Amino acid sequence: MTDAPLRGAAGDTSAAPTRRQAYEARLKRRSNMIAAGSTIAVVLAVVVLVPLAPGWEAVQRSFFNGEVFAATFPGLLNAFMLDVAIFLWCAPAIAILGLLIALCRDVRAPALFPLRMFGALYTDIFRGLPVILVIYLVGFGVPGLGLPRPWNSPYIWGSLALILVYAAYVAEVIRSGIDSIHQSQRSAAASLGLSEADTMRFVVLPQAIRNVAPANMNLFIALQKDVALLSFIGPVEIFRQAGVYKSLMANFTPYVGAALIFLAITIPATRYADYLLHKQRRRQR
Amino acid sequence: MRLLATTAAALCLTATGALAHGDDECAVGKTLEDGVLTIATGNPAFYPWVLNDAPESGEGFEAAVAYAIAAEMGFDADAVTWVRTSFDEAIQPGPKNFDFNIQQYSITPEREQMVDFSLPYYTSAMAVLTTEAVVEAGAEPTLESLRGLLWGADANTTAVPMLTEIVGPERDAMLYGDNVDVTAAMQAGQIDAALFDLPTALYLAAVVVEGGTILGQFPADRSDNPDQFGLLMEEGNPLKECVDHAIEHLTESGRLAEIEAEWLQAATGVPVIQ
Repeated sequence: MTDAPLRGAAGDTSAAPTRRQAYEARLKRRSNMIAAGSTIAVVLAVVVLVPLAPGWEAVQRSFFNGEVFAATFPGLLNAFMLDVAIFLWCAPAIAILGLLIALCRDVRAPALFPLRMFGALYTDIFRGLPVILVIYLVGFGVPGLGLPRPWNSPYIWGSLALILVYAAYVAEVIRSGIDSIHQSQRSAAASLGLSEADTMRFVVLPQAIRNVAPANMNLFIALQKDVALLSFIGPVEIFRQAGVYKSLMANFTPYVGAALIFLAITIPATRYADYLLHKQRRRQR
Repeated sequence: MRLLATTAAALCLTATGALAHGDDECAVGKTLEDGVLTIATGNPAFYPWVLNDAPESGEGFEAAVAYAIAAEMGFDADAVTWVRTSFDEAIQPGPKNFDFNIQQYSITPEREQMVDFSLPYYTSAMAVLTTEAVVEAGAEPTLESLRGLLWGADANTTAVPMLTEIVGPERDAMLYGDNVDVTAAMQAGQIDAALFDLPTALYLAAVVVEGGTILGQFPADRSDNPDQFGLLMEEGNPLKECVDHAIEHLTESGRLAEIEAEWLQAATGVPVIQ
C-alpha cells in the first residue's frame, strides 16, 4: 500500500496532510529514530566495551600497532603488486580454459564422447580438491621431475595450479549458462541453416556468457584472495611478506595491513558484481 | 572455604619448597602451576634441537638445556611438563600456556618489544645449504658467487633479513613456511641455496636433502647482529629473572658448553665466507 493511491482517493492535492499521511509520517519518523538509536547503541557498545576488556591493551599492541603499521605498509603494498600480476596473467587463462572445458561437456556428437567424459572428470577432480593441495602437488611435484630452469619456476607451476582449479569452477558456471538457453533457440538456429558450431558461437554462447557474468565475477573475486596461496611454494607476495614482518617484529599488525589492502580491492569488486547482478535481474523482468 | 584451603596449601608448598631448595626459591609461585615448570617447544620439534620429537627424553640440545635450566631453578625432571606451540601461538596476545618457550627463537630488539627473552643460551653461525649439483656448477663460498644464486629461506626466521643485508642476492629470494618446504623447493631445483642456522643446515644436508652440502658459514661471532637464541616468555613474566639467573649460572659453570659439545657436533671443516 503506497501513498499515491491514497492521495488519489483523498481527492484534493496535498494542501493539508490527511490523517493517514500524518500517521504514516509519524510511523516513519519513529522507525528511523529506532534504527538510528540501535545503530548508535551498537557502535557505542563496541567502542566503549571492547577497550574495557582486560586484554584489549595487549590486543591493540599486537594487532593495531600504529608504529608497526607505518613501518610495514609500504612493503606490503609493494608485495601486493605481485598478487595483482599473478591475478592478471591467471584470469584470462582461466576464462579460456573454463570455456573450453564447458564446451567439452556440451559436445553432442557420439564420436566425441571421450571429450565429454574428460570434461566431466576434469571438473569433478579439480572442484573436489582443496586449492592449496593442488598448488603443492603441481608446484613442487612437476618441477621435481627434473625440468631445467626457468621451466621449473614456482610462478609457472603455481599459476597453473590456480588456473586448473579455477577453470573447473568457471566451466561449471558457463555450462549452467549454456544449459539455461532454451532448446527452441538451437532448433530455430538449425532451421535457419546454422551449423552446430555456428549455433553455439552466434546464438548460445553470447546469451549464456552474459547470463553468468555476475557468477563468474564472484569467482574472480575469490581468485584475488586465493592468489595469496601461491606464497606456500615460494613467491613472496603480500601474505608471505606480512608473515615475514610478523615473525621479525613478533606482531600481527602486518596481517591487518594486508587485510586492508585486500579489502580495498575486493569490496569495490564485490559491489560491482552486485550491481551487475541487479542490472541483469531488471533486464530479465 | 575452598579459597582458604588452597591458600593454605599454597603456603605450605611455598614453605616446603623453600626448605627443600635453599637457594632456588626464586621460581616459587611464579609458574603457571605451582611446583611444575611448563615448557613449550615446536610442533614438531626438529633435530638436532630435540631428538625424535620427544623433548621428555632430554635428548637433543634444547631438550637438554631445558632440563638443565629447570634443575637450576629447583625443578626435578618429573616436575617438568611439555606443551607444543607454533611461532604464532607464542606471540599472540593473552595468557600463555607455558612458562617459557624454547624453539630457536632469535633475540631481536623488535621482538623484544612484544615478548620477553631470556639471556641467550646459544649463539648460532648461519650456514649456506646447497646441493652438490650447484657446487659443481661453480658456486663458491664468496659473497660475489652467493649473490648470483637463487635463494630460499624459512620465512619465520631471522635468515630473511640476514639474506638481504649480508648477501643481497640479485634475484628475489623465495620464502617458505618451514624447513620441509624449503628442502622440497631445493629438491625440485627451484632454489640453489638456503640460509639456516648451522646445526639445522648440517642436519638437512646430511639427512634430508639428497646430495645436500654446506657451502660455507657466516661465523657466529660476526660483529654485527649475531644470531642469539633465547627462551621466549610472555612480556613481564616474573619468571624471567629466575631463568636468566639459571642461564647465567649454567654459562659460568661451563655446563652449557658441555651440553653444546654433547649435542651439537662441532662444525669443523665448514669454510668461513669472507
